[in-house]
Amino acid sequence: MTQPTATETPREVISVRHVWAGYDHEPVLEDINLSVGELDFIGLIGPNGGGKTTLLRVLLGLLSPMRGEVRVMGQSVKEGLHHIGYVPQAVELDRDFPIKVWHVARMGRLGKRGLLQRYTAKDDKIVAEALRSVEMLDLRDRPIGELSGGQRQRVYIARALAKEPTILLLDEPMASVDPQVSASIYDLLSQLNERITILMISHDMTAISSHVKTVGCLNRRLFYHGGEHLTPEMLELAYRCPIELIAHGVPHRVFPKHDVEEARR
Amino acid sequence: MIEALQFDFMRNALMAGVLVSIACGIIGTYVVINRIVFLSGGIAHAAYGGIGLGYFFKFNPVLGAIIFSLASALGMGMVHRKTRQRADTIIGVMWAIGMALGIIFVDLTEGYKADLMSYLFGSILAVPSGDLLIMLALDIVIMLLVMLFYKELLAVSFDETFAAVSGVPVDAIYLMLVSMIALTVVMMMRVVGLIMVIALLTMPAAISGMLVRDMKKMMVLAIILGVLFTTTGLWFSYSLNLTSGATIILVSGFAYLLAMASRPLLRPMWPESGQ
Repeated sequence: MTQPTATETPREVISVRHVWAGYDHEPVLEDINLSVGELDFIGLIGPNGGGKTTLLRVLLGLLSPMRGEVRVMGQSVKEGLHHIGYVPQAVELDRDFPIKVWHVARMGRLGKRGLLQRYTAKDDKIVAEALRSVEMLDLRDRPIGELSGGQRQRVYIARALAKEPTILLLDEPMASVDPQVSASIYDLLSQLNERITILMISHDMTAISSHVKTVGCLNRRLFYHGGEHLTPEMLELAYRCPIELIAHGVPHRVFPKHDVEEARR
Repeated sequence: MIEALQFDFMRNALMAGVLVSIACGIIGTYVVINRIVFLSGGIAHAAYGGIGLGYFFKFNPVLGAIIFSLASALGMGMVHRKTRQRADTIIGVMWAIGMALGIIFVDLTEGYKADLMSYLFGSILAVPSGDLLIMLALDIVIMLLVMLFYKELLAVSFDETFAAVSGVPVDAIYLMLVSMIALTVVMMMRVVGLIMVIALLTMPAAISGMLVRDMKKMMVLAIILGVLFTTTGLWFSYSLNLTSGATIILVSGFAYLLAMASRPLLRPMWPESGQ
């Protein structure tokens, strides 16, 4: 990679410019602009159907935007994809699927080993290291279906890490774990954030706002200004009817009371 | 049973059981874990269209079955991949059309239709030595493909999105899988007949999946179970003078129900951690 402006801090790792995307000519995302800098830890929240998954699919190259441009590490999505480690939602799993922790984590090396290539000893070393970093190496021979939600999430993170990514993309990482476990996973993510840029989407606003560096709201449009708090304004713009939507599962009083000015700068 | 072994047809039947069980154990495992039993049933039944075509145009019905099952496998596979909704409806329609075409072609065919029933209900006792060689060749092709693309097949089965993001050609791997299902179906047609193919394809793998939690072990155990079921079924069929295909299916079905019933007893051996 040639990066002529290496001196400039922080380097932009993902850039989304004026992106419109959706299905069957019906845009779900409207004019999305987002700049992710190196070692950012961004949490995007939004209601279901607000386009969170669609945005992820665009970033992963699974959906081409109708308009606008996405660059990953200055390259097209397809070329930049190998910089991205993807952690999917852990909820949809066939518990009987015959696969062990080790083999799941090793899938992270798929991108490095093409068709007809075998995994190498180097791959094994990287996979072991990835599992160790999420404290799951001891359970390497455990079938994935026998793990708890939190453990499974750790394995998925290890799989993403085995790809040796610069950016980690997480889809609702706390969807199937209880609050205590999710706190420990957030700790893990903060630790990883020392060397990896993280972008996660979630509808779990309470936890997200206290663990990530910056937050944004996504509901067809993106409300993100690089601030560390959700402002009532952002929420009102994103959730057209804040109280009702927030009420599902999360009482609204948990939001930090802070002055709008601070976050607005 | 021992004295029955002096007959060529019996030795061929046992050999056919073993050869089919190999394909069945490997491909059945993919069918079960990918939850494409319905699609596989569709491929099997649509293959009957090829049988009819073979009768009508006077060529080997097995060749017709291969063509039809491959074509329907690719068609159904494509539908399964590309259509978000109603894929099962479309597969069901193709299933029925294939079958109906076969019946009409057979109707239109003049003269005596030898062996027609054997394609529907199997005739493991009438497998000629030449067919054994074809079965062996298909086994080798399937084993080779699975060995070469093992990591891709596993990735696509486990997490398609992740596989796609990792640069695995998901569509191609998937279509290769359904093509292998089609070949397996044609092989099994000889043993249990098109109508009961899905049963033998899925039951050994399903039982195996209850007992082990590793894909390679699941395949090996499914093969062993398949051999056990075909041999036992054959023995019952011989000594009680019953239709071999149906007997094999009943033996497998009985074992499956037994495994299901004893599952709660087996479960505590693998304690669930958490939740």
